[in-house]
Amino acid sequence: MLKKIEEIFFRSLMLISNLLIVSVLVIILYSIFRKGLGALNWEMLTQRPHGGYYYGKEGGVLNAIVGSLYLSFGATLLATVIGVPVALFMNVYLVKRRKILNFIRFLLDLIWGVPSIVYGAFGFGLMVFLGIKTSLLAGIITVTLFILPIMIRACDEILKTSPLGLLEAALSLGSTKTETSFRVVLIQSFSGIVTAILLSFGRAIGDAASVLFTAGYTDSIPTSLNEPAATLPLSIFFQLSSPVPEVQNRAYASAVILIIIILVISLLSRALSKKYHKNRI
Amino acid sequence: MNENTKIKVEHLDLYIGKQHILKDINIEIPENKLTIILGPSGCGKTTLLKCMNRLTDLYHDVKINGSIFIDNEDVLHTKTDVTEIRKKMGLLSQRPFPLPMNIYNNVAYGLKISGRRNKKALDARVENYLKQVNLWDEVFDRLHEPASKLSIGQQQRLCLARGLAVDPEIILADEPTSALDPISSETIERKFEELKQQYTIVMVTHILRQARRIADYVIFMYMGEVIEQGPAKEFFENPKMERTKAYLQGAFN
Ligand SMILES: Nc1ncnc2c1ncn2[C@@H]1O[C@H](COP(=O)(O)OP(=O)(O)OP(=O)(O)O)[C@@H](O)[C@H]1O
Ligand SMILES: [Mg+2]
Repeated sequence: MLKKIEEIFFRSLMLISNLLIVSVLVIILYSIFRKGLGALNWEMLTQRPHGGYYYGKEGGVLNAIVGSLYLSFGATLLATVIGVPVALFMNVYLVKRRKILNFIRFLLDLIWGVPSIVYGAFGFGLMVFLGIKTSLLAGIITVTLFILPIMIRACDEILKTSPLGLLEAALSLGSTKTETSFRVVLIQSFSGIVTAILLSFGRAIGDAASVLFTAGYTDSIPTSLNEPAATLPLSIFFQLSSPVPEVQNRAYASAVILIIIILVISLLSRALSKKYHKNRI
Repeated sequence: MNENTKIKVEHLDLYIGKQHILKDINIEIPENKLTIILGPSGCGKTTLLKCMNRLTDLYHDVKINGSIFIDNEDVLHTKTDVTEIRKKMGLLSQRPFPLPMNIYNNVAYGLKISGRRNKKALDARVENYLKQVNLWDEVFDRLHEPASKLSIGQQQRLCLARGLAVDPEIILADEPTSALDPISSETIERKFEELKQQYTIVMVTHILRQARRIADYVIFMYMGEVIEQGPAKEFFENPKMERTKAYLQGAFN
């Protein structure tokens, strides 16, 4: 009897907390879409801001859409190329070095908590040191640094769950540790890695503070890595701070665009990872 | 070294942290025979087996002294690449771990990493090894399905085929039948009796009846020590040590 009450109690607790989270999400999405959809139109998606855009005249946020995509794809690509091998290294080469491993994990967890504005400041310092201007390149580098610990730790948590027996099986077939990493362990954890990459992409495309000083902001579309680039979060920020109600609504429309980009990318990558998921043991 | 000795272990000690897991192991494993390592749970059978193909390299805080000679080469202190040593030995673990890929690629994996890419030759070898472990008839029409979809018994045979495909000289098997039903176990047992013509087989078990059925040579371990070793007939009919007698009478179970 007591068991049953306990069961009911915890079940309702879980249900309530789930409902709470979902409803908060729904409220946020609803308020964004309610204000944003009205202002969203073809012009928003296909045009750069003209002179009077920020006073409510014609134009769109194509500059920020393109800038954000360039920046977050660039940074995610870089962070994947660096981060996934690092996480594999930790879980294949360092499996027996538990102390070193725990220390690395502890460090990464610490930097994960550093606010992005600090990365922005650091990136700015780096730019001054290297003598580069506010540019797409500087933004990509800064955002890469910002998402790298997230990428490594998220991949690491996934790879940690790959069974030791699989590692042993691959090694005893005579594969080197590198072959084992990329041809077995990575494939086993592929769908989890995709999730980790998505998580990092979400952080990259959604962050404003790290690009404020580094990528800058511009009404034009960058044609090279040396030009500054606009980003959606900053564009939202600037439009929200406008006194013109129409422009404020365009901020919500920009947020809708941002959400849809993330949605499309995550659906695409899920479809991609399905192919490998079925082979998991 | 005895003419027909394939693996010779000399004064092997293994510590994990401060724990003394293997204590002064001295054994000789005959070539082209089926050697069984017997002993109660926790006595160090798996650890001894993993020393032979250096999977103990993955252990945290491990210290190993002594030598393991395979064809006169000390694998613990070799200048040769560990991967080359491991290729000499196929490993079957307690639970099958198929690779996260399809059935075909599980068998072809070892061949591919050693640079064989000719599609026709690969096809032929995959078929050959799957036939050797009596799996071909069950999977020939779904070679491109994930290996994880097979039953545990089929997976274990697949792992055997995958191990044979890299052309080893030795098969190390750690309780290969413990997760299997009686019929699948029998398939594996019979396979081993056939395979010992070509391979040196070292198999861990704690099923006495199984050992009696198939062993040519027996090594009995207890608490990290080798208590007794010898040809199966002698071992089972005329055990010399008291511990062995007690074990054979089922005192530890
Ligand atoms: N990675 C490890 N870290 C610490 N201790 C270990 C490790 N592997 C094995 N041991 C210890 O070494 C001893 C021998 O273990 P082992 O797995 O070799 O026994 P076993 O004879 O194979 O037992 P079983 O029949 O249950 O499989 C045990 O006391 C075990 O706790
Ligand atoms: Mg064992």
